Amino acid sequence: MNHVMPDHVVPLRVYLLVFIALIILTAITVQVAYIDLGLLNTPIAIIIASIKASLVVLYFMHVRYSEKLILLVVFVSIFTLILLFGFALSDYLTRYWIMLPIR
Amino acid sequence: MSTDHVETSASIVSVSRHEHDIDTSNYLKAGYTLKSWLLTVDHKRIALLYLFGVTFFFIIGGILAFLIRLELVTPKGDLVSSDTYNRLFTQHGIIMIFLFLVPAIPGVFGNFLIPLMIGARDLAFPRINLASWYMYMAGALLTVVSMAMGGVDTGWTFYTPYSTTFSNGAVVTAGLGIFIIGFSSVFTGLNFAVTIHKMRAPGMTWFRLPLFVWAHYATSLIMLLGTPVLAITILLVAVERIWKVGLFDPSLGGDPILFQHLFWFYSHPAVYIMILPAMGVMSELFSTFSKKPVFGYEFIAMSSLAIAIVGFFVWGHHMLVSGQSEFAGLIFSALSFLVAIPSAVKVFNWTATLYKGSISFSTPMIYAFGFIGLFAIGGLTGLFLACLGMDYHVHDTYFVVAHFHYVMVGATIMGFLGALHYWWPKMTGKMYPEGWGQLAAIVIFLGFNFTFFPQFLLGYLGMPRHYHEYVPEFQILHILSSAGAMILGIGYLMPFTYLAYSVFYGKKAPANPWGATGLEWRTPSPPPVHNFDSIPTVDSKPYDYRTIREELSHVARA
Amino acid sequence: MSLGHSAASSPYLAHHFEDLEQQKTSAVLGMWLFLVTEIMFFGGLFAAYAVYRTLYPGPFHAGSHLLDVRLGGLNTGILIFSSFTMALAVHSAQLGKRRLLILFLTLTMTLGCAFFVVKGIEWHHKYVEHHIPGPNFHFDGMQDPKLVQLFFVLYFSMTGLHALHVLLGIGAMLWLVVLAMRKKFSKEWYTPVELVGLYWHFVDIVWIYLFPLLYLLGRH
Repeated sequence: MNHVMPDHVVPLRVYLLVFIALIILTAITVQVAYIDLGLLNTPIAIIIASIKASLVVLYFMHVRYSEKLILLVVFVSIFTLILLFGFALSDYLTRYWIMLPIR
Repeated sequence: MSTDHVETSASIVSVSRHEHDIDTSNYLKAGYTLKSWLLTVDHKRIALLYLFGVTFFFIIGGILAFLIRLELVTPKGDLVSSDTYNRLFTQHGIIMIFLFLVPAIPGVFGNFLIPLMIGARDLAFPRINLASWYMYMAGALLTVVSMAMGGVDTGWTFYTPYSTTFSNGAVVTAGLGIFIIGFSSVFTGLNFAVTIHKMRAPGMTWFRLPLFVWAHYATSLIMLLGTPVLAITILLVAVERIWKVGLFDPSLGGDPILFQHLFWFYSHPAVYIMILPAMGVMSELFSTFSKKPVFGYEFIAMSSLAIAIVGFFVWGHHMLVSGQSEFAGLIFSALSFLVAIPSAVKVFNWTATLYKGSISFSTPMIYAFGFIGLFAIGGLTGLFLACLGMDYHVHDTYFVVAHFHYVMVGATIMGFLGALHYWWPKMTGKMYPEGWGQLAAIVIFLGFNFTFFPQFLLGYLGMPRHYHEYVPEFQILHILSSAGAMILGIGYLMPFTYLAYSVFYGKKAPANPWGATGLEWRTPSPPPVHNFDSIPTVDSKPYDYRTIREELSHVARA
Repeated sequence: MSLGHSAASSPYLAHHFEDLEQQKTSAVLGMWLFLVTEIMFFGGLFAAYAVYRTLYPGPFHAGSHLLDVRLGGLNTGILIFSSFTMALAVHSAQLGKRRLLILFLTLTMTLGCAFFVVKGIEWHHKYVEHHIPGPNFHFDGMQDPKLVQLFFVLYFSMTGLHALHVLLGIGAMLWLVVLAMRKKFSKEWYTPVELVGLYWHFVDIVWIYLFPLLYLLGRH
């Protein structure tokens, strides 16, 4: 943990490749949006966006080259976001599962 | 106790640094101007600024509580109108929660002690720390100003659609105040987390940290992860109120329950922001005053993290009868019981710490015992409320009022006052009168129970909260509660008086008056500006009383 | 720790840190924790969006159809490109190339402004078409106008909050350019550049999610 590389210089080639990948993925997500995939529409859009976000986080934001702690910070925030979405939706998706006479 | 050897070395330092104009051997003497306080970046001075702030707002909140209890002495609403009463309890709640309970222990003791305990010279970002205090004061004043602007009558929870569509109070102003205080809280948490990660002295590994620091670490995680959601929620309420575009308004397709989800996502974990620091204080107190290492150190440390994490799983138990899905209610109810596990781990470990210890009933220790009592009652009644069936019966009654006062007010105040007495010699360099301290602690404990225990009965019998008129059958319990509140009020006034007295006339405090472990006791009282003459190296577990005893006896012989 | 004090001779080292590395990693960690709070701040809005989208898929698709994918796509490209130039700015700072740093910062700011121009055109269209929530909101179609309006409340809240962050980012870069012109940065110390870089990439990531969620879902 003590061995951090705060001054790791990422080769320019990597930045360029990431940039190109981001543009290509944007094009893909626009194209895919015009195809009806039924239930998969939303997950695919979110997965592509998440791949793009991961590229930005790992390379542009240097997380791949930073100490592990930063990666942990990223995961903690994703975990908490999932809690927020998961528990809130657990209410809305199950509102009419149990029918009580009061309703 | 005798004068510590650190004391003498400190005086040498003050001589050697004499060429500077300011005396750096004592942070209190490093400047007497108003500017030297208001523009300070010293975490110890900022802690005292917080102490000033939270005490001031505690008094305002206390006066409001006094008026509420006075009104409730009679069944008729004869002292204030219903509208005024709504504003009273709302402002009481907002002030006590956001202006006192949330910032009190982290702002004052976290600020003062975390760098000292981990062997650092300051928090990682001293200027952000000062900015936090200013944001706190600005937000707090704005919230108080909203009282003058007609007040808020929504309850501290700002439930929609009442707060967005119907309430005619200064909701946006108060909301803005809380929004700003939220920033202060976030930056405090950020500062603590970075400091604990990055600024520990050589040898101060994670499992050598005092449990106070662990508790604050867990607290700062909640502050960082929870507070922003409250901020955006308040922002959305303001947007809806100002532009009349319904995000939560059912007549425009919005869902008021969504507000509750977002609100409690922060506000349930916020309860742990209030109580975790108090738990951290307790670990220190129980160990010091029974002169034993804390039993099950690792378990207490991990239970703090567990409480912080599980705290995010359970918010829906505030909404069991609100119209959320019964299925979600079932899950939230079941998960709520999980919180009892880490809480019980702590309580059992503290009591186990007492076993065969040499216990002294000093003032801080009386607060610690008080904490256990109040926290046990508050925590266990929380389990009642987490039960789906029981909650239908007591929801929105005084049972809930009593429960949350026990668990977050009682326990946190015990923690705050316990900490205030315990670290008072360190902060001011003066000893307080022990007899008065013990008396006040007992009066506060008794007063608190007198005030809030009758409310459990009231609630169980069906007295709803937020009402200022009630059926005459409830009067006797209400009178008991109001009488208890007077005792509690007197109890609170006592420390104000004798602590202020001790600043001027108190006996000079040695570096380590309690024979306690921890780095903060190895520097003079009050500490020098840069905390330590040289950064200490840590080579043993925390709560190592053998070494401290040897050192102290060594000093006594010399 | 007398070693720490000898390193204290560095003009960049604050008194309470032992060495530059501790100071730098603290700052970076602090920035990341700040970004965590930003993630949760936007997270609350995204959660509201998720809930209402689940409740009202039809009206939300109808609302989504009223947005201009070309302009949204253009802005996505602009922001991704600006993230790229920001990465290059940090790269230049790491190597101590002052002129390149100023060049890339200026480029990034220009792209940020371009984003604003496009966003302004979009918002203007919405104004002309009476798609701004409020008493003048108008929608002809199969769906309940109230619920389509709800989509637009979220659209404006999310893009508005994001735009505010773009604005703050541009301001921060302006400050960096001033510092760079005054030769404040060096190979040893360029922490502010790195922190603003992290912030700017975060703003980009928010848009990476906003674009498909607002513009693309329900396109088919």
